[in-house]
Amino acid sequence: MAGQTPKSITALANLKRLCDNHLAGRYSIEVVDLLEKPQLARRDDIVVIPTLVRQLPPPIRKIIGDLSNVERVLVGLDVVPRDE
Amino acid sequence: MTATARRRKSAPTKRAGNGSRPARRPLAKAPTGIPGLDEITNGGLPRGRPTLVCGGAGCGKTLLAMEFLVRGALDFDEPGVFMSFEETPDDLVENAQSLGFDLQRLSARGRLLLDYVQLERDKLTESGDYDLEGLFIRLGHAIEAIHAKRVVLDTIELLFSGLSDKFVVRAELVRLFRWLKTKRVTAIVTGEREGEHLTRHGLEEFVSDCVILLDQRVMEQSATRRLRILKYRGSAHGGNEMPFLIDDHGLSVLPITSLGLTHQASTAHLSTGVIGLDAMFGKKGYFRGNSVLVSGTAGTGKSSVASHFVEAACRRGERCLYFAFEESPAQITRNMRSIGIDLEPWTRRDLLSVHAQRPTALGLEAHLVAMHRLIDDWKPRVVVVDPVTNMTAVGSEIEVKAMLARLIDFMKLRQITALFTSLTEGGAASERTDLGVSSLMDVWMLLGNPEANGERNRTIQIVKARGMAHSNQVREFVMTDHGVVLVDVSRRADGSVAIGSARGAQQQAPLAEVKPSVRRRTK
Repeated sequence: MAGQTPKSITALANLKRLCDNHLAGRYSIEVVDLLEKPQLARRDDIVVIPTLVRQLPPPIRKIIGDLSNVERVLVGLDVVPRDE
Repeated sequence: MTATARRRKSAPTKRAGNGSRPARRPLAKAPTGIPGLDEITNGGLPRGRPTLVCGGAGCGKTLLAMEFLVRGALDFDEPGVFMSFEETPDDLVENAQSLGFDLQRLSARGRLLLDYVQLERDKLTESGDYDLEGLFIRLGHAIEAIHAKRVVLDTIELLFSGLSDKFVVRAELVRLFRWLKTKRVTAIVTGEREGEHLTRHGLEEFVSDCVILLDQRVMEQSATRRLRILKYRGSAHGGNEMPFLIDDHGLSVLPITSLGLTHQASTAHLSTGVIGLDAMFGKKGYFRGNSVLVSGTAGTGKSSVASHFVEAACRRGERCLYFAFEESPAQITRNMRSIGIDLEPWTRRDLLSVHAQRPTALGLEAHLVAMHRLIDDWKPRVVVVDPVTNMTAVGSEIEVKAMLARLIDFMKLRQITALFTSLTEGGAASERTDLGVSSLMDVWMLLGNPEANGERNRTIQIVKARGMAHSNQVREFVMTDHGVVLVDVSRRADGSVAIGSARGAQQQAPLAEVKPSVRRRTK
């Protein structure tokens, strides 16, 4: 993210909900604010905000957007959805 | 308020000392350091603004952009950021090496920053709304890190292919170019040409202060690169297509250097070096900065006349550059020695450089660039091109003539006196030079070897010499062991000139009345 913008706040909220529902106990979220650490944009190859980077398991996957489409996010994370 | 704004839009003309209208502030420019390009843009690219460089694949846009940054860092103390969306840093470093640029060293010294953005559509999943703020932060950080004054985005069109929301990409690019202006960096943005369109995704809508179009096509079996300034807001520019080359020095654009023919005309004279010839030029020799053509069929003595001129210049301590397109330096030295001209000592004393090259070794453009470079490096006051005619092996007559025009122009700007020899094919009317280049020349001397009375004798005449009175005589000369020597004119009683053995006989006859127009060689 880059500062507390509506898209970023939404994305974080959506992410938390999604993780609780489908990845309970098997995840950890690290929030990087590029406004505070701009050098990480190059390191992690970020141009789009917000970007979700799945670091583990490899390979790295990226999902961009506010994560409002849950199905897409799950596909992107390669997570089998748990029936709610 | 509106009325004032409208008035400012119509370009105000400069008025000397009047003060009723403000003079237009000249547009600040960022020099590219690319030979020729700064000339046709009158100083470089618009400072603080984005310039669009577009063209098809392989046309050289990445290299042009890279050179803009490298020269900016090396020659103008302006560090630069190269944000690449297409080529990896390794590829960029390797390609730049072929131009003689050491990107790694520049990076290490903090003069250049390479940032590679990888946007692989298949590795990216999209979910919901997004914007490109990350790009701004990343670029902004890079600019601040090295205090960059130049930026390249190559090619930012890949944002469109990498991301599906074209609307967002477009809107963010508009924002980006506005933001770049606030950063006070001069940017080059490259675009991929597609068919009729300048760029695949319409970048020219938002980057339109300056647009440069690159082109590469195959003409007569040789690939030629062309550059054109399509648009340059607020500045005069050469709008024609200019050929350019990419070699191990980088890019070179080859315009006809003085579009306004604003050469200075010198009144200083240079000796031809040939005994008796200076007097034929009304004021004792060629003008400095002249272009001199010496034409004739094979064996008429053209190279000898050229060598005399070189020797005379070297004696004056002036540097000479001799481009030999027919004979080797050894052959030339040997031939000249046989008539008493020793070029060796001048070579040893660094006053003469003989550069031999087969015309077929390079294309015409490459020859021109090579000659430009050698002239820039050696800084001669006199240049000889011997001969020009066999350049037709690598170009049509029109092309060779155009190349000559540019070369002559280039040299006139530097007040270099140039002598060109031209081989006329035997049998052709002697006053027609192959290539028709006499019109480009200030001086034209014709060497002949007419047959008369069963013998061939050597003649020289001045067909034209701009700006000075000159002899209209066809003079006989001989090759002696101290070079070319013009002989006295011997006239018969009927006024006709006796040459060759007939002259010898005439000279023994009682002295005929001599016309006052005859110039005598002082013994």
